[in-house]
Amino acid sequence: MSKSSLKQTLKDLDTKKISIRELNQDYLKRIKENENLNVFIHFSEDNVLKQIDSLEKDNSAKKLKGIPIAIKDLFCTKNMPTTAASKILENFNPTYESFVTQKLLDEGSIFVGKTNLDEFAMGSATNTSFFGNTINPLSKDDEPLAPGGSSGGSAAAVAADLCLGATGTDTGGSIRQPASFCGVVGIKPTYGLCSRWGIAAFASSLDQAGIFSHNVEDASILLQSIAGFDQRDSTSAKVDIPNYFENLDDDLNGKTVGIPKEYSIDGTPKEISQIWEDAIKVLEKKGVKIKNISLPHTKYALPTYYIIAPAEASSNLARYDGVKYGFRSDEIDSLDEMYENTRAQGFGREVKRRILIGTYVLSAGYYDAYYLKAQKVRKLIANDFNKAFKECDFIVTPTAPSAAFPLNEKQNDPIKMYLNDVFTVPASLAGLPGISIPFGKDKNNLPLGIQILGKHFDEQQVFNAALSLERSYE
Amino acid sequence: MNNIIKGEKHDWEMVIGLEIHAQVKSNSKLFSSSSTKFGSSPNSQVSLVDAAMPGMLPVINKYCVEQAVKTGVGLNAKINNYSVFDRKNYFYADLPQGYQISQYKYPIVGEGKVTIDFKDGTSKDIRIVRLHLEQDAGKSLHDQNPSKTYVDLNRSGVALMEIVSEPDIRTPEEAGMYISKIRSILMYLDTCDGNMQEGSLRADVNISVRKPGDEYGTRCEIKNLNSIKFIKQAINYEAKRQIEILESGGTIEQNTMLFNTSTGKTRPMRNKEEAHDYRYFPDPDLLPLEISKEEIGKIKSSIPELPDELKNKFIETYKLSNYDASVLTAEKKTSDYFNETINSDSELNNHAKIVVNWITSELFSLLNKNNQDLNNSPVSPENLGQLIKLISTNEISGKIAKDVLDDMFSSGKTARQIVDEKGLQQVTDQGEIAKVIDQVIADNPKMVEQYLAGKDKLLGFFVGQAMKLTKGKANPKILNDILKQKLNKKN
Repeated sequence: MSKSSLKQTLKDLDTKKISIRELNQDYLKRIKENENLNVFIHFSEDNVLKQIDSLEKDNSAKKLKGIPIAIKDLFCTKNMPTTAASKILENFNPTYESFVTQKLLDEGSIFVGKTNLDEFAMGSATNTSFFGNTINPLSKDDEPLAPGGSSGGSAAAVAADLCLGATGTDTGGSIRQPASFCGVVGIKPTYGLCSRWGIAAFASSLDQAGIFSHNVEDASILLQSIAGFDQRDSTSAKVDIPNYFENLDDDLNGKTVGIPKEYSIDGTPKEISQIWEDAIKVLEKKGVKIKNISLPHTKYALPTYYIIAPAEASSNLARYDGVKYGFRSDEIDSLDEMYENTRAQGFGREVKRRILIGTYVLSAGYYDAYYLKAQKVRKLIANDFNKAFKECDFIVTPTAPSAAFPLNEKQNDPIKMYLNDVFTVPASLAGLPGISIPFGKDKNNLPLGIQILGKHFDEQQVFNAALSLERSYE
Repeated sequence: MNNIIKGEKHDWEMVIGLEIHAQVKSNSKLFSSSSTKFGSSPNSQVSLVDAAMPGMLPVINKYCVEQAVKTGVGLNAKINNYSVFDRKNYFYADLPQGYQISQYKYPIVGEGKVTIDFKDGTSKDIRIVRLHLEQDAGKSLHDQNPSKTYVDLNRSGVALMEIVSEPDIRTPEEAGMYISKIRSILMYLDTCDGNMQEGSLRADVNISVRKPGDEYGTRCEIKNLNSIKFIKQAINYEAKRQIEILESGGTIEQNTMLFNTSTGKTRPMRNKEEAHDYRYFPDPDLLPLEISKEEIGKIKSSIPELPDELKNKFIETYKLSNYDASVLTAEKKTSDYFNETINSDSELNNHAKIVVNWITSELFSLLNKNNQDLNNSPVSPENLGQLIKLISTNEISGKIAKDVLDDMFSSGKTARQIVDEKGLQQVTDQGEIAKVIDQVIADNPKMVEQYLAGKDKLLGFFVGQAMKLTKGKANPKILNDILKQKLNKKN
């Protein structure tokens, strides 16, 4: 597979080396060839052809005109159903377009389909979807691998070259970890950079839209297209969005990178420690000052996250009650029964587990011990980063504690599954931007990922460091 | 005020606190731009946010925040620079989000107080604990179909102010006066339309009973009462119920009660064990609400004269009693009417008491009888002022004036027109009146005899006869004087 980049494709379209129709037919062909990966919850060739037709009639210049993009099925879209990978929204057709997808449409991109995910973005392997597992395109024939999650469908879509970029959402690592597992670039920007309007909510204080792409340059182009203030989202930030792509600069000479000692965890595979060291060496060679830093509350990040995220989810998912839209159970003799049966039959195991956890930690008598405490720890974790960033320009860590694992390996052990987020969750709690780029391989030749974290709204620095590492690795 | 209720065995006292839910007067909802118009067809005023579609987010309506701050100032309360919206989680068919956005730990308005005035001239302060902003739910319609419940979300998301009082109220009457006073303040401020029939103002009543001087007893909460009459009825019934239980040796269960308006009885809706755990937590979709001192100052300076200020002004300027002034200022339309009437002629300034009486008794009873409202009274303030001036200058008698007002009310004519057309000017000419009296005395010799023999009561008879002859126009004082003179001369 020789993958064309978004940057190159834009040039080719511009110079008429290739037409929008030719380009997309190429992708359509590959999408149909790869149906076995179960990347898409919704795919309609007709729908794609219609978009091509209408773009061909459109003479205006648009930044992403004709570019095939895959959309995580958590973003509400007007012209395609939106399910959040849940039975409870199986046949839901929004009448509105999310902020992020509207921006992509305004730029002229073509939506090839809605990608699979863990139900309501709750999972790390794209194996809690009502619509079945997605298979990591890098799997060997004898052993199907998980693509990571929750945005596993989007990561796999880019890895299998079924699109030139994809949207994802990241609550505790849902973009960075699957990017690492599938060997693609994935960026979760600062909380508030992209509006959450029209994204089915999982945990409102953590959810953030982001991008998957083949490389750092492409990610910088796409992120700029989806970022921006939106008055319909009170947590959306009023900041100027720089031209990330134009400002890319892989010269890191004189910068300081922070290496947090708490990210050396016992039991981390040697290969992971190895690529981390390699990355540090590369940076050192490029004139980057290496600074050992401490983020002392890191060990509390996972438990904190697994209190706050389920707490918010338990409330956010209360709206799926069978009254207004989506699935409603047939077995109803009373209002209470309608709720019970609709939600019992409409939600999967992992979603129910998190609703139960969230309900518990918010209950009278437990609130102070769990939710309130977790909020306090969250502040401490954010303060750790604030302090660290006084001494460094960016932080480098591994993205995940392992390469892609076999599909059903951790399905029955939620705690093991939650440990996947160990390196990604702290930055989520602090609202910081983070990118994962492919960097090295494990002994089975599976890709591993390096994570770069930046200061609030300093996506440019994150991109620059990522570009520098990417170029040295290639 | 006597607050004691006599039980079979003991004396008892009620302890009452009110939670008033007042709909914020605003064209759009608390977190969406949908209209709040009352009585529109079901589900015609529902945005994606109100229906809790996936991915929809609330955005605070600044106008509603200003209205709440205004109300806080009107309740003499502390305005909090920092407040937080929380989610109150529970399932109900007409609660689309599965939670209500409310304020829990950090309300927008803190402690305040309002004053209620009694007829005997005394007053009492009722302390307010807090005022917070919250969303209203939709409406479940159970009577549209025998086997189904329909849901109307027009009201879903409409802004409410919940005003919580301390348990400072001791009688049903005080409860009624308190809610009237709150309603009056909100209407002066124009922050709530005060329409209880349409549900713009409703109250939950917390009530317990105790032997005077004892600690507070266990309370019950009566939900969702939408008229002052029902509030009083419900309190009376509930207090009686609690006293009966306690006197027969029982204990009160902390229940949430519903009041049945047709039977006049309360019944338990749920007990303490069945109470919801609302799992309040700060709404992560909304930032904390921060209001600067400057913004509060700006809102304060825009506030109109409130009933208590106006009341004091009326007492001082017109030497009215506390009670008269409080009746006059209970509703803005009444004080406006009074102001316009008394300002229509400078001479009326010295006859304020007469003006009050003519508004609050004569005009009000006419309006009541005809089911009309002061806002569209057929008698304008200027015309009423003219009528009162005719009385105060002795041009017509008070008795005639009542007939004139009746006529004004139905014909729309001015007092002057009617008096002139019908020739109702009071007869003050002494000679003319003396002539009439002479005739009455001449016509009733037997009566005169009896009067002179000591039957003083007959004086009224002569007055009546004389009035009849003058068609009621004789000045009563002059008539009386001359009559007595002439009768006494006969002695």
